[in-house]
Amino acid sequence: MLSFLNYLISGISLGSIYAIIALGYTMVYGIAKMLNFAHGDFIMVGGYAIFTCMITLGMNPFVSILIAMAVCLVIGVTTEKVAYKPLREAGSPLAVLITAIGVSYLLENLALLIFGSNPKSFTSVVSWSGITLAGGQLHIQGVTIVTILVSLAVLVVLQWFVHKTKEGQAMLAVAQDRGAATLMGINVNHTISLTFAIGSALAAIAGALLCSAYPTLTPYTGAMPGIKAFVAAVLGGIGSIPGAMIGGIVLGIIEILARTYISSQLSDAIVFGILVVVLLVKPTGILGKNIQEKV
Amino acid sequence: MSLLEVKDLEVYYGVIQALKGISFHVERGEIVALIGANGAGKTTTLHTLSGLIKPKAGTITYQGQDITKTPGYKIVGMGMAQVPEGRRVFPDLSVMDNLKLGAYTRKDKAEFADTVKLVFTRFPRLQERKNQMAGTLSGGEQQMLAMGRALMSHPSLILMDEPSMGLSPLLVNEIFDIIEQINKDGTTVLLVEQNAKKALTIANRAYVLETGKIVMEGKAEDLLNNREIQKAYLGE
Repeated sequence: MLSFLNYLISGISLGSIYAIIALGYTMVYGIAKMLNFAHGDFIMVGGYAIFTCMITLGMNPFVSILIAMAVCLVIGVTTEKVAYKPLREAGSPLAVLITAIGVSYLLENLALLIFGSNPKSFTSVVSWSGITLAGGQLHIQGVTIVTILVSLAVLVVLQWFVHKTKEGQAMLAVAQDRGAATLMGINVNHTISLTFAIGSALAAIAGALLCSAYPTLTPYTGAMPGIKAFVAAVLGGIGSIPGAMIGGIVLGIIEILARTYISSQLSDAIVFGILVVVLLVKPTGILGKNIQEKV
Repeated sequence: MSLLEVKDLEVYYGVIQALKGISFHVERGEIVALIGANGAGKTTTLHTLSGLIKPKAGTITYQGQDITKTPGYKIVGMGMAQVPEGRRVFPDLSVMDNLKLGAYTRKDKAEFADTVKLVFTRFPRLQERKNQMAGTLSGGEQQMLAMGRALMSHPSLILMDEPSMGLSPLLVNEIFDIIEQINKDGTTVLLVEQNAKKALTIANRAYVLETGKIVMEGKAEDLLNNREIQKAYLGE
């Protein structure tokens, strides 16, 4: 029973990381109407940025994360402006999608060029060792607790931002009707840039947490979690912020439990099997709404 | 100086020419109607005025300023708002949030409260439903919300695209009464309508658009009595 609880907690923790990544996916999809398949690689970019600041340059972990967020933000917004925006304005969603895959390879190969293919061993950004419960039988690592708390904080802040601020309302307006949003005086390109900025900065946070929990960093570190977070976003209902959170956590729990009780080799197959089932049974996801609208 | 002056406006969708060099003007305080059949270019004209489409040639001058190349999101801040075809309210936002977005370009909080009060006086049903999602409103209520939302930006000129579309005759009358009221309160109106009779009844002047060209213009009452117009647009 205690070991199950332990696995459940690590599932929630892994799921929280997926959730933070999925938030970026889902916001960009909801507002820019594109799947940014390079999103996962921003985790890796964030990871290397933190690695460089914290381990190579010996900076404070918190400051390192802030710098990594800034780096990801700048690269994310630049990618959108240079690679996606011209194609979006040319009205070609498929070209944008393919370009996103291209950007993904570009980032991975740039990392390969700069940092080499040898895995870097990462030091956790959380130095707290955690808590021990049930008379020493249940130990919860500090990074696990911090991960869960950070993802909850991100969710609360994002929900507040989207529903209570003017810029957030502009995002919702752009997501629902770009033309009408323009008529309200909203600069759609500015809003899309802001969305990429938030998504990319969140990816840096996810990078910090992921590399702290699984402390090896390679140029491909972000690819798999990125794809899984995409599954999480679809599972929760793509475009929905609480949906990304729920989808991420559900997926994390399923992955850890499948790895423990079924097979560690099959766990990924099970995760992607879920994507297939969701697409077949409820294509709009757990919190996704039906697209039928009154005209 | 006209409030709005459009000269030789040409708009293309790819290779298809939607507007073939139209010119018209709107004077302060008027209701000007733009009538014509489906596909004549009425909505294209309004979209171009609001900066959603860029013209290939021609100029748009608003309050003496050339706005031909002004990005769409800046137009409403200059005092030209649009009530788009098909209402286009934000369905998953509340009535109140829709109105807030209408005032997106306005900074003053006190002004916002006053304007909301004014909009609610004009559309009491919106007040009753202020916390309801806009997508759950009836067609007539959505039309009222779209109009209220446009008024939130304090426009000098309001562009209305088919406000009567899909509404019951009773509601159509109500909407047209409101348009006249808005005009009496000092807002100039450029009205696009398929319901030519109604539009000509409340308008001061009108232009008739046919396949991208203005084929006739004049005082609304003259057009109402014109045989050709009666045959082509008034079903008489």
